[in-house]
Order: sequence, then C-alpha cells, then structure tokens
Amino acid sequence: MFKKKNSTKINESFGDRVFNIITSILLILIIIIVGYPCLFVVSCSFSSAQALQAGRVILWPVEFSLDAYEFILDFKQVWIGYRNSIFYTALGTVIGMIMRILAAYPLSRKSFQGRNIYMKLFYFTTLFGAGLIPSFILHVKLGMYDTIWPTVLAACISVSDIIILRTAFASSIPGDLFDAAKIDGANDFQCLLKIALPLAKAILSVLVLYCIVAHWNEYFTSMIYIKSVKLQPLQLILRPIMTAASASISTGDMSSGSQQLAQQGLDGVRYGLIVISTVPALLAYFCVQKYFKGGVMVGSVKG
Amino acid sequence: MAKSPVLTENSAVYQTGFQKFCTVFVKNWQLHLMILLPFAYLLLFHYAPMYGLQIAFRHYSPKGGITNSDWVGFGQFADFFSYYLWGNLIWNTLALSLYQILAGFPIPVVLALVIHVNTYKGLKKVAQNVSYIPHFISVVIMVGILNTVLNPISGMLGAYSRLTGTDYMSDIRGSNTAFRHLYVWSGIWQTAGWSTIIYVSALSAVPDELHEAAKLDGASRLRRVWSVDLPTIMPTVAIMLIMRFGSVMSVGYQKAYLMQNSANLQVSEIISTYVYKKGLAANNLSYGSAVGLMNSVVNTTMVVVVNWITNRLTDNEMGLF
Repeated sequence: MFKKKNSTKINESFGDRVFNIITSILLILIIIIVGYPCLFVVSCSFSSAQALQAGRVILWPVEFSLDAYEFILDFKQVWIGYRNSIFYTALGTVIGMIMRILAAYPLSRKSFQGRNIYMKLFYFTTLFGAGLIPSFILHVKLGMYDTIWPTVLAACISVSDIIILRTAFASSIPGDLFDAAKIDGANDFQCLLKIALPLAKAILSVLVLYCIVAHWNEYFTSMIYIKSVKLQPLQLILRPIMTAASASISTGDMSSGSQQLAQQGLDGVRYGLIVISTVPALLAYFCVQKYFKGGVMVGSVKG
Repeated sequence: MAKSPVLTENSAVYQTGFQKFCTVFVKNWQLHLMILLPFAYLLLFHYAPMYGLQIAFRHYSPKGGITNSDWVGFGQFADFFSYYLWGNLIWNTLALSLYQILAGFPIPVVLALVIHVNTYKGLKKVAQNVSYIPHFISVVIMVGILNTVLNPISGMLGAYSRLTGTDYMSDIRGSNTAFRHLYVWSGIWQTAGWSTIIYVSALSAVPDELHEAAKLDGASRLRRVWSVDLPTIMPTVAIMLIMRFGSVMSVGYQKAYLMQNSANLQVSEIISTYVYKKGLAANNLSYGSAVGLMNSVVNTTMVVVVNWITNRLTDNEMGLF
C-alpha cells in the first residue's frame, strides 16, 4: 500500500516535470515568434542598403551602417512630428490624469451620495457612443478643427481607467484613514492629495503609462482634425511613408526596376523610422515596469 | 380656509424634500466640485454628440444645422440598404471581428496559464517582457512593418522566395484571401502578450490552499490547471469576453483603413471605414451618421445579449451588469 502510493507520487512528479518542459518549450516559441520580427526590424535598420536589397539580413545587422539614421536626421518633417507628439503626449497625459483622478476619487467614496448616478452616466458611454460624425460636427462647432485640442483631449476620459482607479482607491485605502483625517479637520481635497494619491502610486504609474502610450500612438483623431502640416504628430507624418506600398499595389506585379530601387532605398529608412518612433513608448514602459509585478491589476475589471 | 393648511403641508413636504437634497448636496459639495470637470467633459464630448445624432434622421445642411435641417425619417437608412454592397460591408465587419475574437480571445488565456504554471522564473520573465514589446507599436507602424516584411521583393517573403528558388511571388498585401489572416494574426502577435497581464494577475490571486488541497488529493499540475486555476479566472475571462463582444462592430478600423488598397477593398471595406469615407471624406454627414448609428446600436445590443446569456449560464454570477 505504502509502496504503491510512493510510486504514484514519483509518476506524478515525472508527469509534472514533462508538463514543465512542454510549457518551457512553448515559452521559448513565444519568445522566438514575438522577438524575432522585432530583432529583424532593428537589425535591418542598422544594415547597409545593399545587404537589405540582397536579403542578406537574417538575424544580426549585416554590413553595419547608420545610413538610414543619417537620412532620418536630415528628415525635418519627422522631427517636427516628433516634437509635436512629445508635446501632445505630455499635455494630454497631464490633463487626462487630472480628469481620471478627479472622477475616480469621488466615485470611490462610499459616503458620496449621488455617486451611483454619476457612475451610471459614465458607464453608459462605454455601451453606446454617438459615433464619429456627430462628434466631428461638435468639434467643428467648438472651433477645434485644425487645432491641437481634439488630439490632446482624445483620450481625456477613459471609463475603464476610471473604474480601475476607483477600485484601487476604494479597496487599497482603508476608510478609517479618511475618517481620521476628517476628524483632524482635513477636507476632501486634502484627503485626495495627502492620503489617496500617495497610497495609489503604483496604479497611477500604470495609468500614466496607458495614457502616454495611447497619446503617442494616436493617429486617427489627428488625421481627421489636423490639417496644418506644422501641427501634425509623428504618426500622421509616418503614415504615407509606412503605407506607401499599399497605395501602389495594383495586382501584384512590382518587378519594374525603378520601382524596385525606390523600394530598397525606402526600406532602410522605414526600418529606422519604426525603431525611433517605438522607442519612446517602450522607454515609458521600462520606467514603470516594476509596478506590473504582482497584483496591481487584481480586481480591476469588475468594478 | 380649509385648503390653506393642505397647501402649507404640501409646501412643507416639498421644502423638506428640497432641503434634504440641498443638505446632501452641501454635505458632499467638495466631491461634487471635484467630479464637475470630468463630468462636464463627459456631457460635452459624449452626451452632446448623442443629441447631434438626430442628423441621422435629417438631411444635414450647413445652413439648417443639427436642429433645422430637413427631416427625412429613416431615409438615410433606406439609402444604405439600397446600396448594393451593404450586405457585403456588414459581412466583412462581422467576419473580421468574429475571426478576431475566435482566434484571438483564447490565446492570451492559454498563454497566461502557461506562464503561470511554468517554474523557470527567468524564462517566464523574459517571455513576458518580450511578448509585451509589440503592444507599444502603433497601428501606423504595424502596418508599415507588414508592408515592409511582406514585400515580395525586399521583405522576408522576398528572401524566402529567393531561398527556395521561386522567382515570382504574388504580392500578398493586395490579396483578398490573405487580408483577414494578416489582419487577425498580426493583431494577435501584437496584443496577445499584453492581454495576459490581466489573467496572470488573476491567476496569482488563486489561494495557495486550493493548490495544496488538490496536491494532497493527488492532482497533477495539468489537472490543477484545469480544476483549480481555470475556474478561478473564469469571472475575469467572462468579463473580458463580454467587453470584447461590445466592440464587435467596431473592429480596429484604423488598422483596416491603413491596410486597405485598391486590390483588397472587396474584403477590407468595413462599416467604420465606410462611415469615414462616405460621411467625412465625401462630406455626406447625415448618411455617415445613420450608418454609424446603426453600427452603435448593433454593438450595444451585442453587449446586452452576451451579458444576458452569461448571466443565464452562470446564475447571475459572471455578468457585467
């Protein structure tokens, strides 16, 4: 009896070990599938045009060269876009975070009568939206056409972010703390600034990241509202460069020599642009990466 | 004389009701003041356009504006359904979206389980961080990568065709049959890793005692995934699925729009891109609003229906509302 039990235990751990090996293989596959194209793009951006043209770049840069980046450095339009994007992202994130905090804090207070009505009104907008054109007319009526404001205010309120933040305020900060502060004569603004915000640092950093990434990669709103070239964010400027081929595809015959040459020259620059336009968003992630560990997001969906 | 006491009594009731409202409001005035700004934004940018939606039932002219243009009732909707490709548009939208949900939804869940059960911490960490990278790539760049990598001459495909000796490869970017696969699988490549975050953290909340008890009963790791891990994250999965269905008709139109070219338009034209082109680019605001409204109504209906089904299946435990 004892022996039998022991042997099954060995069997189980053997099965578990096999299971562990299988999952490890899967993880390595994931790393390859996701990582390889990323590495390929970076390597291509550092390779010479000839190597690209001959298709000799497989994994690492071939004939290391900075030609693509030198070309991009002189590409004025890209840097105007870069500057605009940084400005829009910074301003949009500051405004967006203020809005999220100002909405989430009252909604997290149980003593706040009327919070259910507010919550329902916020929540309803996630179920039903008026759509593109009525809001376009509104923006035009407000005089926001061809200004920076539609882009800056694009993700000004995100109901899911507000729910995440509200839940974090409500669950991670004990109500006694507020009561104690109230007895000491603190008002709600002081409670928010002195108690709620410092205690919710982790979740706030995560939301700041969401905001930054959303603004940095924002494209459609700017395409609709911004017409002046000097106001265009990076994504808008990159679009014709990135999708040049889509427009020129007819039915697949791309073999004419001149077209091919133009394509090769463009490809290196494209790879470079892909790298320099993605790096800021990735940097933002690595700054707040530590907050993604553990259960920062636990319970955040169900409000 | 007999009436006046009644009147005063009534006004007294009214007064106390109003006063009660006032005291409640005054008691929380700071909180109301805080929420004033986001709430005003919500009213202006989310609710005011709903009022503007009436142009879907009018023939919008700049002179008449939102409230005074000619009323045409369901005329704009009738116009849409007399467009010979309307069925095609709806099918394209649904096909793309359902394909995306069916292929893309289970993958992050499985991936999260794989990450959770694996015991090599270093490998897990690398896999997680690498799989997050594509999330930070913008739509424009993603389409740019697709265009470059799939270039039949200079891209990976070109390299492959030279490697295998096939001279000519048709351009997959302009292919009707490839569009949906490219769209969906590039999306999965981009978001699967990032989407695991929510599930991984839900999994880390599974109480250790459950695993210990299951281990004592002789359950293998695989068995515990099935009977302990999966049931505990089911509520999260259900909520994510309901939310996903809520945007069934608004599949990433930005990406579809950017991936469009004259050769694949037959499958890549979806309702949202059509709304943009007809409504804004071709300046037919009422028509665009009507098609957009139809789209929103389908979306809302989807959430309500899927939520109802979820509630039904789980005895009101897992629904969103």
